[in-house]
Amino acid sequence: MIRLIWFELIKTFTRWRTYIGFIAFGIIVPMVVTGLKLGGQNSFKRSLLSLLQNDFIIGGNVLNGWFFGFFFMGALWVHVPIVLTIVAGDQIAGEGNAGTFRFMLTHSVSRTRIIAAKFIVTLIYTAVMVLFIGGLTIGLSLWAFGGGDLLVIRKGILVIQEARLPYLFLMAYGLATLAMFVVSSLCFLFSAFTDNSIGPIIATMAVIIISIIIISLPFELFQAIRPYLFVNYFDAWQKVFDDPVPWNVIRMDISILAGFMITFFLAAVVYFSRKDILS
Amino acid sequence: MTDIILRTINLTKRYKNRLAVDHLNIEVRQGEIFGFLGPNGAGKSTTIRMILHLIFPTEGDVEIFGTSLKKARHRALERVGAVVEKPAFYGHLSALRNMEILGGLQKPVTRPVIMKYLERVGLADRAGDPVKTYSHGMNQRLGLALILLKEPQLIILDEPTTGLDPQGMKEVRELILELSREWGVTVLLSSHLLYEVEMIATKMAIIHHGRLRVEGSVRDLLKKGPSEVLIKTDRTAEAMQFLKTNESYGSARIHSDGIKVELDQDRIPELNRQLVNAGFNVNALVPQRSLETYFLNLIEGREA
Repeated sequence: MIRLIWFELIKTFTRWRTYIGFIAFGIIVPMVVTGLKLGGQNSFKRSLLSLLQNDFIIGGNVLNGWFFGFFFMGALWVHVPIVLTIVAGDQIAGEGNAGTFRFMLTHSVSRTRIIAAKFIVTLIYTAVMVLFIGGLTIGLSLWAFGGGDLLVIRKGILVIQEARLPYLFLMAYGLATLAMFVVSSLCFLFSAFTDNSIGPIIATMAVIIISIIIISLPFELFQAIRPYLFVNYFDAWQKVFDDPVPWNVIRMDISILAGFMITFFLAAVVYFSRKDILS
Repeated sequence: MTDIILRTINLTKRYKNRLAVDHLNIEVRQGEIFGFLGPNGAGKSTTIRMILHLIFPTEGDVEIFGTSLKKARHRALERVGAVVEKPAFYGHLSALRNMEILGGLQKPVTRPVIMKYLERVGLADRAGDPVKTYSHGMNQRLGLALILLKEPQLIILDEPTTGLDPQGMKEVRELILELSREWGVTVLLSSHLLYEVEMIATKMAIIHHGRLRVEGSVRDLLKKGPSEVLIKTDRTAEAMQFLKTNESYGSARIHSDGIKVELDQDRIPELNRQLVNAGFNVNALVPQRSLETYFLNLIEGREA
């Protein structure tokens, strides 16, 4: 199995499309940080002061690196799936399209093992991408704006001491990674259905966009189906910044996200195990 | 102990309303080069894909080395090497890497071993180049190297010479013959090219509309159907008149290339002698492809 995973790693990380996401975020994040540094930070300050100055006295370096790291995470979680699907959508469909399954599957290796190796590599890519974006945003923000306590405006206003922040951000990235695992798993499942890697990308993004619309609209019917949509648990990472941290809710979110991920993977295995290789 | 290496048992594949393969029963024996013939769309590739477990049969089973594919796919395919249609590789990776990955799925393969087989197919000097820079012929040879890497006892080739130039086709044919003679490998070869099968196969089956139409040794099948000879002489019209005087050449007719007459091949020397004795300069006596005639008649429904 380890050899199969190693082969999949070689195949994935020697393709240029794997690096599209790294290049894209490697350009966007420094650009935004530069923009903030060259004046954008002030407009943030003005908005924040107009919101809070009547009730609070704002002191110290509030708009610091941690604040912008938090801001980036909130802003990018819709965009990250796009780059993840580029690789996840190609994992099975790409092999089908290229015709390489004709060689792979005539060896006495089970389809389940091949799919499992591909899935593990998809998860590795997803984790690397999320941690890359996290590391880049936090690293650049701290370098550009320095450290300090984190001001979180969620359910009220909360100030978290800087000493706790590395630990909380690490947990937040873990939860964000799990949420993105679900996206990659869904795209991986769609990839098993087809031999065209564009299809799974479009299908996954369509599911995410439709689900976001559904959970955003305050209609009773939509709110009723909300718990069954995986995007409903995408903001689990934010909960580690609540006070007190709702561990029970987070544990439940983790279970549900893991459930979605495992379900999508098993569906891909079942489907692919019975799939006729016609390409 | 049976010498049957591969057996299909009522192998059937149905796609909705279309029956692609219909209760096919073929047997391939140890050491044979088995030609699997049929026009495009006859069901050859579907059959081969079912044999290789790429496509799931609607009905029936395949036994390879006596092992049922349904019951134990992994064991059944252990000693089988196959190229299905155009060999496909990871274009961005080198031939060496492709061999490591696709050849190392079951067990790891070392680079010296890979190089040995790349050398065997004449690709050793391009081993480090990305496969996307290879020609179709080179891809085909790489596919064969990949098969050899597995050291199989049964090789299955689906249209192995498709898209190759004449030199490439000849090389592939020679390699197949060499594998059969020197390595004792059994070969199942599908093709729509009759002459290709005729040149190298020892046994063959013809499939049409998913059904087995005929199966037997190439030698026996060659004897089936009318055997024709093309006669090229210096005076065609006079030679035609001469032939008409002999009842045994009653089928003689003028053709654009000369005269065609139905004749058993062992009577060709006698015909030559008679023409020469009658004062004709015989430029050529060419046995016509009787198997081709038989094949065409068969698929057009004129032959039982």
